Amino acid sequence: MGSTLPILILAIPLFMFLLLGLGGVKMPRKVCGVLGILGMGTTMTLAYIVALSYFFCPEFTVDGVRQQVMVFDQTWLSFTDTLVVNLGFLLDPICAMMLMVITTISFMVHLYSWGYMEHEDGFQRYYAFLSLFSFSMLGLVVATNIFQMYIFWELVGVSSYLLIGFFYKLPSAVSASKKAFIVTRFADLGFLIGILILSFYTDTFNFVEMTSNPGQVLAECGGATFMGASVLTWAMVLIFTGGMGKSAMMPLHIWLPDAMEGPTPVSALIHAATMVVAGVYLVARMFPVYCIAEGSMTFITVVGAITAFYAAVVACAQIDIKRVLAFSTISQIAFMMVSLGVATDSPYIKGEFYGGLGYMASMFHLFTHAMFKALLFLGAGALIHAVHSNDYTKMGGLRKYMPITHWTFLIGCLAIAGIWPFSGFFSKDEMLAAMFESHWFWGAWMTMVAGLTAFYMFRLYYLIFWWEENPEYKHHTPHDSPWQMSLPLIILAAVSCVAGFIPFGEFVTWNRMPYHIHIELPVAATSLTVAVLAIALATVMYRKKNPLPERMRNLFPALWTAAHRRFYWDEIYQFITHKIIFGIICKSIAWFDRHVIDATMDGFAKITNCASSAIKGFQSGNVQAYVAWYFIGAVLLAGITWLCFI
Amino acid sequence: MDLSILWYLVPSVIMFACGVFGFITRKNMIAMLISLELILNSADLNFVIFNRFLFPGSMDGMIFTLFAIAIAAAETAIAIAIIINIYRAVGNTDISGVNKLKF
Repeated sequence: MGSTLPILILAIPLFMFLLLGLGGVKMPRKVCGVLGILGMGTTMTLAYIVALSYFFCPEFTVDGVRQQVMVFDQTWLSFTDTLVVNLGFLLDPICAMMLMVITTISFMVHLYSWGYMEHEDGFQRYYAFLSLFSFSMLGLVVATNIFQMYIFWELVGVSSYLLIGFFYKLPSAVSASKKAFIVTRFADLGFLIGILILSFYTDTFNFVEMTSNPGQVLAECGGATFMGASVLTWAMVLIFTGGMGKSAMMPLHIWLPDAMEGPTPVSALIHAATMVVAGVYLVARMFPVYCIAEGSMTFITVVGAITAFYAAVVACAQIDIKRVLAFSTISQIAFMMVSLGVATDSPYIKGEFYGGLGYMASMFHLFTHAMFKALLFLGAGALIHAVHSNDYTKMGGLRKYMPITHWTFLIGCLAIAGIWPFSGFFSKDEMLAAMFESHWFWGAWMTMVAGLTAFYMFRLYYLIFWWEENPEYKHHTPHDSPWQMSLPLIILAAVSCVAGFIPFGEFVTWNRMPYHIHIELPVAATSLTVAVLAIALATVMYRKKNPLPERMRNLFPALWTAAHRRFYWDEIYQFITHKIIFGIICKSIAWFDRHVIDATMDGFAKITNCASSAIKGFQSGNVQAYVAWYFIGAVLLAGITWLCFI
Repeated sequence: MDLSILWYLVPSVIMFACGVFGFITRKNMIAMLISLELILNSADLNFVIFNRFLFPGSMDGMIFTLFAIAIAAAETAIAIAIIINIYRAVGNTDISGVNKLKF
């Protein structure tokens, strides 16, 4: 494969960003929107060509193993002879899969935004930022080395910041964007330290070198240990910290719910489908190294399991529909993390359990989740567009008014709940099978989370589309959105219906050898039963207006309030940052600054001041006095010279 | 009889001292300007004297003096202009009235 197409995939969004960012103000909205959509459409076509030709052309498969193709790899910075940072394009199964996911969702969002953002100020700026994000995200997934990934990692962070704060006149949007940036930046500090440790021992940033021979990495790190854990484990856990920040794992999840202040299509693109799975992608990228870094996989599993459960519980008690979806995203990403965490690098032997199943399932879920979660977010956007509120209390009974949104949202809910034959069923089944095989506890725990997922999604669905009609509809009748918004919904819903039948294992596995997916009947039956029961419970509770939810809430008021307040994580952070860091540490440092450092400087100034006011009388303004002094000085100097030399 | 260099230098020094004394003591700016000219003239005189006694064959000091006189004339013109402006603003040419440019 030549390098023209891959370069164009990155170059077109970058060019669109520059074009729309610099010239957008001069363009009419329509031109700007059409340009953005066309640019992204072209990128999508190219990405599909590249990805599909990678998957289907026999030249990329040698002995049944898909090759990692270094399309190009350009030296960018060279620190020493061995420590060189490259920028390049690495094509392998997960990258090709991500190329398709990112460009598809991005294209849908570009199209959808044309309708959704039509009347907003800064339409052109919005499209420029979307292009910037697409460029950064594509650069992230094609990275040939961990440093390039880090650079683009920060770039997606910046574009996320810009888009969350898009409505910069709202104080809540501004603080949400700052929060997102600071929290992820803080996590990226760990990422950077991890990269530095790893590259210090291995002398390379290159993914292919590290992952093709992880034993070498382990050997190079040697027996170096720090605080009881090997250096390699430390490095990998620190790198994972960056992933925790981006993928909103506990305890760094706090930014994602607030990020919902951004425009809804942005939430669909960045905070549901693409950027937040960067952490999962990172772990998948370094998977062979994680496998040999003792303990790091357990860490990932535990963090993921706790986060998945926590987010699912919180999602049950949110009022804002976008917040429900945000917590659902956190929970689903944590699902992928657990699935990756339980995977092992054992080779596929017929008749035995395949250790890499968790990896494949995680990537599969990343793919299906991106589609149906984007669908749900775009559906939520259509609802918000129609009702002008984020609260489900302002909705209810909308199924009659918005049939397209209703049916597509229902498909999204069925997919995320894991009902056959929607896509979520297949990926979730594989993940749960992998978890059960690792340890029954993880399987049972995550099945419970899957049940909760089905419950809160259908709670949301019923409260929006059934329950009781909002009397305000008489004055302001909600209706389906324009075609630019409905079309992406329909396409994504169609994808969510059929994506499960893709033989994903044939394309993406950790060692890039095909694996034939087969449904684990006992696991599938269990998870399906749990999901159906949860949906039935949600139906009983929320289908028609009834006092049951109220009574349930009053049964455990403290629990409900705690879940509604997200178990006080924001308050904990507030306490730590404001009371402890600002109140105690910063205050004492500020005291030192003011009373010691500033006082020293003030002292110098004061001394200079006193001295100058003592002698300033010399400058009397009287010219003759100056001459007299000058004359005296000259005579004195002459006298001294005379004494010295004669 | 040949006059020694002192015969020339002593008047120059006297002229210089008068100039400095006048510049420091006189209150009228015109008088100060005249004192200033005295100082300059004594310096010019020195140029000529040293040229005459140290480098008898050359004319450098003489020519330098001519230039100095020309520059001094220009300087005087500027000084007179300043004095006239001060006179217009203040009403007299007393130096003790002109002491605003200070700390």
